[in-house]
Amino acid sequence: MSKIDKSEMQGVGSRSVEPLLSFKQADPSFYKAIGFTCGLEVHQQLDTKEKLFCHCPARRYQKPDEFDGEILRHMRPTLSELGEYDGTALMEFKTRKEIVYRLQNSSACTYEMDDTPPFTLNREALQKAISLAKQFKTSLVDELHITRKQYLDGSIPAGFQRTGIVGVEGEITLPHKNIRIIQISLEEDSCRQIADRGHTRIFTTDRLGIPLIEVVTYPDMKTPQEAELAGQYIRYICRSSNKVRSGIGAARQDVNVSIVGGTRVEIKGVAHLRWIPELAHNEAVRQVVLLRLRDELGKRIHNPKRWGIRHQAVTDHLMIQAIRDKYGHIVKQAAFIGLVLPRFKGLLAEATQPGKSFANEIEERLQVIACLEGHCMIHSDVNDPIFSTLFSHVAKMLKAKKQDAMILFWAPKDDVETALETIEERCRLAFEGVPKETRKSLPGKITVFERVLPGPDRMYPDTDSAPIPIDHENADDFEDSLPSEPYKQISQLKVWQIPKDLHHHILRHNLFTHINRLYTDYNFPPTMGAKLLGQTLKHAIRCFGPSPDFSLERIYELVQFVIDQKLDLAILKPMLYLVYKNPQDEFSDILKKLHFKKVSLNKIRSKISQLCDDFKKVRRSKEIEAKKRWIMGQLRPLAIGNISLAQLSTLVERGGADA
Amino acid sequence: MRDIYKGYRQEAISLMKKFQIRVWSEILITTVRGEFSGIVLPRSEKDDERHLVIKIASGYNVGIALDSIVTIKELGYREAHYHIPEKEFPFSKGKKRIKLLGTGGTIASRLDYRTGAVIPAFSPGELYGAVPELADICNLSTEKLFAVFSENMGPAQYKVLAKAIEEAVVEGYEGIVIGHGTDTMHHTAAALAFMVQQSPVPIVIVGSQRSSDRPSSDAALNLIHAVYTAAESDIAEVSVCMFGPTSDEYGLIHRGTRVRKMHSSYRSTFRTIGDIPLAMVHAGKIKYLQKGYNKRRSDRTISIMPTFEEKVAMVYYYPNMQADIIDSLVANGYKGIVIAGTGLGHVNKPVYPSIERAIKKGVAVYMTVQTLWGFTHMFVYDTGRDLMSLGVIPAENMLPEVAYVKLGWALGQTYDLVKVKKLMLTPVCGEITDREPYNGYLVFQGGVPEVEEFIRKHHK
Repeated sequence: MSKIDKSEMQGVGSRSVEPLLSFKQADPSFYKAIGFTCGLEVHQQLDTKEKLFCHCPARRYQKPDEFDGEILRHMRPTLSELGEYDGTALMEFKTRKEIVYRLQNSSACTYEMDDTPPFTLNREALQKAISLAKQFKTSLVDELHITRKQYLDGSIPAGFQRTGIVGVEGEITLPHKNIRIIQISLEEDSCRQIADRGHTRIFTTDRLGIPLIEVVTYPDMKTPQEAELAGQYIRYICRSSNKVRSGIGAARQDVNVSIVGGTRVEIKGVAHLRWIPELAHNEAVRQVVLLRLRDELGKRIHNPKRWGIRHQAVTDHLMIQAIRDKYGHIVKQAAFIGLVLPRFKGLLAEATQPGKSFANEIEERLQVIACLEGHCMIHSDVNDPIFSTLFSHVAKMLKAKKQDAMILFWAPKDDVETALETIEERCRLAFEGVPKETRKSLPGKITVFERVLPGPDRMYPDTDSAPIPIDHENADDFEDSLPSEPYKQISQLKVWQIPKDLHHHILRHNLFTHINRLYTDYNFPPTMGAKLLGQTLKHAIRCFGPSPDFSLERIYELVQFVIDQKLDLAILKPMLYLVYKNPQDEFSDILKKLHFKKVSLNKIRSKISQLCDDFKKVRRSKEIEAKKRWIMGQLRPLAIGNISLAQLSTLVERGGADA
Repeated sequence: MRDIYKGYRQEAISLMKKFQIRVWSEILITTVRGEFSGIVLPRSEKDDERHLVIKIASGYNVGIALDSIVTIKELGYREAHYHIPEKEFPFSKGKKRIKLLGTGGTIASRLDYRTGAVIPAFSPGELYGAVPELADICNLSTEKLFAVFSENMGPAQYKVLAKAIEEAVVEGYEGIVIGHGTDTMHHTAAALAFMVQQSPVPIVIVGSQRSSDRPSSDAALNLIHAVYTAAESDIAEVSVCMFGPTSDEYGLIHRGTRVRKMHSSYRSTFRTIGDIPLAMVHAGKIKYLQKGYNKRRSDRTISIMPTFEEKVAMVYYYPNMQADIIDSLVANGYKGIVIAGTGLGHVNKPVYPSIERAIKKGVAVYMTVQTLWGFTHMFVYDTGRDLMSLGVIPAENMLPEVAYVKLGWALGQTYDLVKVKKLMLTPVCGEITDREPYNGYLVFQGGVPEVEEFIRKHHK
């Protein structure tokens, strides 16, 4: 037997795909072993009347197909500091992404269209941002400089976002450790993307320009769970300030994940904090796999510089028809290109994320960079009998060897060149390991390629706006009114013996201050306050939906009323449902609706002996408790608000006699 | 000596001296509010003198109040060096030779991200680096005539430009492009239309409303459109080529004497007034909208008349305008006055005596309309007739700025007011038209249902 090259033995052809470590299987030791680190960039919209740089009202959202006019733009890459264009940006430009903005008069003016310079910065937003920067314990800057941060994806019609640093170097305290904050900036929100197909990307301009703060942490989180917790604490702090918006899309986070030997990969636009752990885990595992691929390629290919792809158009009509039959959406004019990836056999099928393989890394780039639509390629590492003839044809055509992998893609003729460059570039990046990129999170806890991570030199001073001095004296007034930090709130909740399952809801919705105020102003028991706000109100919201006229102030008035009327506090619960539903109603009318009658203790007591007699007629059980339960049931509607249920219970037990 | 405290003033400089730092020092500052580290940036002289600006690691700039600084430590020094990359502009056989004349507008430029200064790209190599598409259109040469902002363009520059155009035509260039700031682009266009006559090749003026350092800039597309128009169009006239709609779609080629900047910031700011544009240009195609224009020729004859009387004024009339305004112009030796009158070309009676005095002193007084659209019709009302009897000459449908430029040009040639009148009222290049087409005035009103429907259907 002749000698066989060892590297050829390994994997080539027979390489088995290793199963991915699932999120549920992973424990802290895994993250420690791979050197997992994670940082967050939390974007939180501020609650202001107007947008940041113009006088359009903030947060008037339109439906995707609702618009008064459209404009079309292209984003042209500008020179980097070193005088070079970013390679991928230029590639993207070559394929000419047409960006369409849908404008609605009610939410956009010429500023959103980038047809007018910015107006002076919204002072309300600045004050709120300063206050928040203090809560994150950052050092405030003395002068705010508006900077342009470039984006070529079209999410901002100007091609850059206006943003400025308010504070640097702060921290938040988690129960077990501190997380450092790099900086807090005040910036304008971007457009909402509503479609991205082929060469056209469509945005609405309604969200564009809404003021938001971005809180950037150091990569201090060492497990995915810690990242979620930090996210929660950041949200608690924002919410407790009463200066931010809530609701869908009002807070979004980017999650930066890296492992030792990997690269910082940014997962953009994570809409829910609860998605963070699994997304971060899957990204870490993806990096582990990519590093393994790198090592494998290192064994197979000794000189990556000499590595390259070979391609040729497939013209065989039968073959093309077979593909068309399987993928109905392929455009008429598409070109079909077969190509060989030397010594890549088996690697395309390597799983990188649940349900995704290395081939998807290539396909996603084809979709984004070369603007190819939908499913646009097949490869030889999948055992599909339909395509085995096809790939043996390609192999013959391009003289592929056994250890090579093959791809066949289809694209409009103008996009073929960019597509080929894109494929080769992604494969070359595999030799290095983990490419620097931003990825978009999908609800299935996985991510897809979004774009190449922009370099650090995309910041420019904004020549349209002058630096703004920060008035510290004014800012210092806030200090006293700052709410206490989340960890302090949690320890107070524990002292008050409030059930742990309510803690998250209370902090998330900034209910702590209200529970505290009810306690200090009315001596209202915190456990009752927590239940009233954390359970009853939550349930009422779920039952009746939003109630625009309702505010938490109404609860204070309600408590005041119940105390003034010397009613038992248990009446608050049924009353709150009705108050929430009809906030304008007089409390006395609400009592009427509940059929409440003020009755004396004596009257209730007198009813008990009567009911004892009645019970004899209706009784079916000999159990002693049955009598008490029945009488309680009869008296409950009458008693509620007049005496507490505990008091009623004692009375019934004693047959109406006093203690 | 090099300025190591760029833009900083007294208090800041003494502080910088005290801690031995300079612009571009990498520093760690301790302030009463915390620590900051970054690179010291130059400061704009317009900004106050109480702050030090540093660029922190994330690329953001922040300002630190001088009075909050406790101590500064210099950790290093990193001066920014910036240059625009040059790539040799490739020569293609068979492509037209185009000359680009620069006046200082930032048609292609790059912002120095550290200082905020705009560095214009101008040599063919720099332009090729910034807008490589130009090489597909022509063989480009460039010449930098001045480096001034649009508002500093005036008669002296018009004359230099006219001579440079003549030279380029004689040298055999097949089209001329002029890079220009947008604010006074239409003044220069009008001046060149009068100073340069019978050009055998297109003379296209172009600029940008959004500087080219931003990804959404209109600069590159405007330049591509203008260079294409200069190389391939048949229009041997002075024209302005700028965005048609605000969308990145087609450019419009406006006649130099009928164009006006109509919005302070929109990309589609240039409009032809009182007529329709000459042509549209888009994706390597020119669609002619008008037929009556001077056609391209292969000969090299061109006539230039680079003259200009600087003592000409334009007066925008308003109710209660005091007569002494006119008197003071006359007292200061003005030779010509263009009035932008109300309505069909009117001013109020109290101004009559001063106008009469001016005319008697030999000042040429012309009437235009501040409505911009429409002709002066001074026979319709008594006011108009009175003014004409005083010697005010209606300037037909010349735009006020165009009439001003033309009067300066005419008085530059002669003070004989009869000859001046003949020059003024004989159309040179469409500044006066015989008729105003029905679609020469279309200012749509938003809110009207059919207009809203149109806007929904077509990119603005």
